Amino acid sequence: MQRLMNMRDDWHRFLDSDLFYSFKGSRITVIATLVTVLMILAALFAPWIAPHNPFDVATLDLMDSELPPMWLEGGDARFLLGTDSQGRDVLSSMLYGLRVSLVVGFAGVFVAMIIGVGLGLLSGFLGGVVDAFIMRLADMILSFPAILVALLINGVALSFLPQEVMHESALYVLVLAIALTSWVQYARTVRGSTMVEKSKEYVQAAKVIGLHPLLIMIRHVLPNVLGPVLVIATINLGLAILTEAMLSFLGVGMPPTEPSLGTLIRIGNEFLFSGIWWVVIFPSLTLALLVLAVNLLGDWLRDALNPKLR
Amino acid sequence: MLSFLIRRLGQSLLVMLAVALLAFSMFRYVGDPVTNMLSQDASVEEREQLRESLGLSEPLYVQFSTFVVQAAQGDFGISYRNQRPVSELIAERMPATLELVAVAFIISLLVGVPMGVYSALKPHSWLSHVFQTLSLIGISLPTFVTGILLILTFSVTLNWLPSFGRGEVVSIGWWSTGLLTASGLKSLILPGIMLGLFQVTLIMRLVRAEMMEVLRTDYIRFARARGLSNRAVNFGHALKNTLMPVITIIGLQLGAMIAFAIITETVFQWPGMGFLFIQAVSFVDIPVMSAYLLLVSLIFVVINMIVDMLYFMLDPRLCADRGTANSH
Repeated sequence: MQRLMNMRDDWHRFLDSDLFYSFKGSRITVIATLVTVLMILAALFAPWIAPHNPFDVATLDLMDSELPPMWLEGGDARFLLGTDSQGRDVLSSMLYGLRVSLVVGFAGVFVAMIIGVGLGLLSGFLGGVVDAFIMRLADMILSFPAILVALLINGVALSFLPQEVMHESALYVLVLAIALTSWVQYARTVRGSTMVEKSKEYVQAAKVIGLHPLLIMIRHVLPNVLGPVLVIATINLGLAILTEAMLSFLGVGMPPTEPSLGTLIRIGNEFLFSGIWWVVIFPSLTLALLVLAVNLLGDWLRDALNPKLR
Repeated sequence: MLSFLIRRLGQSLLVMLAVALLAFSMFRYVGDPVTNMLSQDASVEEREQLRESLGLSEPLYVQFSTFVVQAAQGDFGISYRNQRPVSELIAERMPATLELVAVAFIISLLVGVPMGVYSALKPHSWLSHVFQTLSLIGISLPTFVTGILLILTFSVTLNWLPSFGRGEVVSIGWWSTGLLTASGLKSLILPGIMLGLFQVTLIMRLVRAEMMEVLRTDYIRFARARGLSNRAVNFGHALKNTLMPVITIIGLQLGAMIAFAIITETVFQWPGMGFLFIQAVSFVDIPVMSAYLLLVSLIFVVINMIVDMLYFMLDPRLCADRGTANSH
């Protein structure tokens, strides 16, 4: 009971905070949040809300193929956004695709965060050769565009892994490719704030009482440098989703057996000239809307939490 | 200045060596190069002969140095898929990519700079708000979605412009150009717009931010106080000072556009280097992959160096007191 009261207190304090006030004041941010949350929910509950199961071959009927969206002539009430060339419901494929896109996006950001924060801590705390090495590596990665580095990692993985394994591990390879291209920003930020924290008295004290450096880094420095990391993570989520979609669109990402939004757009693109535009347009618009909403959210968070702008 | 240059050069060489090492290990360890190059029914002697001629029995560091020396001379071996020298394939495809990037670059400058200048001079007019909104959408819209929308509108529905290939090309020496024929020019429009659009939004935001910064400075206020005409102040003083930092960043973007051309070339089946690379990736055609990587890295490293040197030439203050301007 006491705990519940505390939670309610916290909630009220949150409603009173500057952050929430700034949130309420920006209508576009509220809309962006709504869109993002709706999409995440739709992806989470895809198996329950999708009207059909696009992976269950038994339910597919070629008679249903290439039907236009419901409201057009020849549309079928069972298929709200029409069907593709194999009779799969576009809406259901999209819901499952959204799921894959979001999973890869979140996982990519998460792994990038772990790599970046870890290397940043090491770099800032240890300094010297370790610092120089990590930062030169970061410079090198930054001097190439992300899509090229991701393609390179993907290409290398593709050529090292045998073809059979590749299809199953596509998701992991993508997450790794995204993480390895985007850890630099976290590392640089964390390195900077670690160097500031390192000279503070509490760290000195921890050193004096003989704690292991690793313990100091994780227990004492880490909690104090995490703030900006979460902002960077939100901003990078849109980029991660976009990178995944680009790679899948280029045919080196998710396979058609487990399509993401990018894969769906790639497949739909092949039918662009046969006039069945709905197979490509709906996933494209969903992707664009998702990225726009997430970017707006990230922009707002950066401005709201940036002490310089306050 | 000289010490900075030398350090910068050393760093660039290191990057190139790292990429070369990666390309080399891809070539050496992905499958067996001998099996990849020969047909199924090659005899054991033939295999041994090829192994010998490729130098695969030499120590690794000798193999790597041979690889680097050959790559530096433009010899990247034979494509597994086409059975033709990789350098030939790339030389064939390069003009297509460079022309596409050049056209997109010009489009993005012609549209982006005026848009940026306008929204800096009149930040509260409705047109500026339209530009701002457009640029936000432009940054969020995935480039391949833009391309698909363009094709759907102008090729499928309106049937005005071609949606794939380069059209007719004219060969001038080894360079094949699509700029001299009507169909070649028409084919360039859509891919050029698609590749340029993202840059337009970037350039617009950059010019706007820089110019607003400059307009706040004292010398602009002084110029107005002297009674100079608005035109002289805005374009003679402000724009000139805005463009210096913008030029360097736009220069860096040129490299990014060559990389992003991969996506444009895939959407429009443009016979350029990027399309070649994507095909090579899906067929695990290692020599083509490694050649493309090395080439693009080289282009990048060179552009980065030129931009760094431009900084020095444009901003004499750097020569005096900053020896550590290597963070790019």
